Amino acid sequence: MSAAKLFFAGSGGQGIILMGQMVTYAAMFEGKNTTYYPSYGPEMRGGTANCTVIVSDREVASPIIYETDCLIAMNLPSLLKFESMVKPGGVLLVNTSIIDAKPARTDIRVLEVPTTELSRELGNPRGANMIMLGAAIRATGVVNQAAIERVMREKAFTGKKAETIPANIKCFEYFKV
Amino acid sequence: MSNPVEKVLMKGNEAFAEAAIRGGANFYFGYPITPQSEIPEFMSRELPKRGGVFLQAESELGAINMAYGAGAAGGAVFISSSSPGIALMQEGMSFLCSAEVPLVALNVSRGGPGIGGIQPGQADYFQATRGGGNGDYRIPVFAPASIQEAVDMLYEAVDLAKTWQNPVMVFADGIMGQMMEPVALPQQRPFTDSKDIRAEKPWAVTGYGNDDANKNVVKSLRMQPDDLERHVEYLFEKYRRAEKELCRAETHDVEEADLVLVAFGTVARITREAVEILAWRGIKAGLIRPISLWPFPHGAFDKIGARTRVVISAELSMGQMIEDVRLAVGKRIPVELIHRTGGMIPTSLEIADRAEKIYGEVK
Amino acid sequence: MRTPVFEYTKGMCRVDTSYCPGCTHGIAHRLITETLFEMELIGETIGVAPIGCSVQAHKFMNIDMCESAHGRAPAVASGIRRVHPDKVVFTYQGDGDLASIGTAEIVHAAARGEKFTTFFINNCIYGMTGGQMAPTTLLGQRSTTSQDGRRREQAGAPIRVSELISTLDGAVYVERVALDTPAHIRKAKQAVKKAIEYQRAGLGFTFVEFLSTCPTNWGVTPSNAMKWLADNMITYYPLGVLRTPEVAK
Repeated sequence: MSAAKLFFAGSGGQGIILMGQMVTYAAMFEGKNTTYYPSYGPEMRGGTANCTVIVSDREVASPIIYETDCLIAMNLPSLLKFESMVKPGGVLLVNTSIIDAKPARTDIRVLEVPTTELSRELGNPRGANMIMLGAAIRATGVVNQAAIERVMREKAFTGKKAETIPANIKCFEYFKV
Repeated sequence: MSNPVEKVLMKGNEAFAEAAIRGGANFYFGYPITPQSEIPEFMSRELPKRGGVFLQAESELGAINMAYGAGAAGGAVFISSSSPGIALMQEGMSFLCSAEVPLVALNVSRGGPGIGGIQPGQADYFQATRGGGNGDYRIPVFAPASIQEAVDMLYEAVDLAKTWQNPVMVFADGIMGQMMEPVALPQQRPFTDSKDIRAEKPWAVTGYGNDDANKNVVKSLRMQPDDLERHVEYLFEKYRRAEKELCRAETHDVEEADLVLVAFGTVARITREAVEILAWRGIKAGLIRPISLWPFPHGAFDKIGARTRVVISAELSMGQMIEDVRLAVGKRIPVELIHRTGGMIPTSLEIADRAEKIYGEVK
Repeated sequence: MRTPVFEYTKGMCRVDTSYCPGCTHGIAHRLITETLFEMELIGETIGVAPIGCSVQAHKFMNIDMCESAHGRAPAVASGIRRVHPDKVVFTYQGDGDLASIGTAEIVHAAARGEKFTTFFINNCIYGMTGGQMAPTTLLGQRSTTSQDGRRREQAGAPIRVSELISTLDGAVYVERVALDTPAHIRKAKQAVKKAIEYQRAGLGFTFVEFLSTCPTNWGVTPSNAMKWLADNMITYYPLGVLRTPEVAK
């Protein structure tokens, strides 16, 4: 792997920022070069949110991307707006729990992830984003699971949130081979 | 590879603030403005805990003048703002230069003119390098391209400001303020105790104690033209020395390049990727990244070889640095511009496409 | 052996001031520096000069001082105070500087309860720039920018700064004094002393307004200036203590 470019997009409250930062932390824990760049401004409040995560063996050049290896589309506007950014042969993860449209692209790998249904099934209705994160990591191999679990323990779910870790790991592991 | 310092993942704005504290700046005066409000927030949380002082000013005018007062009194001061706020601070910048008061200032710049927008911009290049305030003065301006470089720069800037007795500016942009990258943080330098200031900065106003022969005055007014002229000439001797000592640039493959791209800050990173795209297309592009914007690293342009057909300045403005690029290149090679403005950011592909087109026209 | 009954205070530098005959800046300078000297604080003090006639106060006051940009002295003093919490800090500002271009800075310094003292010289006119209308210029008073006299409809009424400041909880001591008669001057010195004492006690922001003269720009003789002050200014700007630490609590 030289550089993997991931793009997470959805609406505020869907855990877009959390997913992006968790991958970035995991990449750092693995000693890789990484850059996280979020959209910012009024759109952060309730509107669309997106972030770019780049993981690379070399120094990261541009933090701004024009194409992505993996688009994580958490809602319909994100799918419509960013589908064209996926590299030919790249991956598109669609949160089918709330997106009922089909992607138009045929030159990419599309993975349908019913995040809400799956997280409910696993008894952790708040774990929808961890389901999606697990799918993205599985599809791209950008970081390994141990690093993500370390991020959960040391960064994402500390203090009182620590008790949610087993349930979140369960969601994250759903797409494990 | 050994890894002596553990890296931490930090948002740009928080890393900038941490770096200034670790550099020894224990006084911060600020006013909220996007996209740098995380800095005053961080400072309000962190500085008091560590024995420093945070004060929220009534305006950027208030902030820069508090910074001037604290600096004149010998404190190590850091301030930050974004474009319109930095504009308000220009009165103080001019004053501090004349009064020779150290200060580290950070612009997390956004698009203008006017209130403009909150997305990244580089259209404060003139303001930063030409001086937005009145009169003859100069401010060393450094533009980082990564969070790590910004951290190292701000840390060093605390020292530079003290050594040169002048404000020193770090010119970042909204991308750098908001993005996160792993950084190795430098060691905390000790804060100077107020009782030790007089010994360290014998010019500072601290109260002279028992001997009024040591009375200090920090000022900028000089009513006699000959006196003022002497003072400005004196300041410019210092600035000429700075031109020799503070020029910094990074250059890549400019000796044998078909075209040379010039960009600073985040745009330089996007451009670095554009250089790779151009290479796939069979065009050898060199890159000059000015790190010091003032003094502008003219010397870096002397390395451009005879093969180069065009020099292209890539900027988030309608073309401001290009004036310095033209001065540096002279008439020997045409100089062109690739730009986006208003908070729009070009992708590496966009820069590569436009550079290829320009190259095709001049080849 | 002869005993001197009146001396040049060591709080002042032995230089001629640049002030006009009949101007009361000299008196105010003396009251402040003499008081600080008598309190043995002169070497422990940092002063901030404004823009205006007293921009060069640092030449006359034997005190570590810095200049400040127009109106910004309270912000500058707020910065100084943070670096030297044990020292005495004051600003010395005229009415154009403080009551016009520097209103934001003075109001917020007072609101924050900054532990420094502001000495406010109110002579109802811009001095240094040549007699233009100040925010404190009286109704009907002529100036170079109100040549037929200040009109309320056009320029509003003069600002009573001490009253304004005394509405702010951070201000613990606000007094207006005048520099026209020996009795008033003695009273003014007491006000200076109280302000410094309250500052030393760390109680909050302290503010002394001096009703002052400007015979040059008023177009009157020095002695008539004193009379003009008494007849016109004191009626609009009443003397007295507007706020004390007891009230501020």
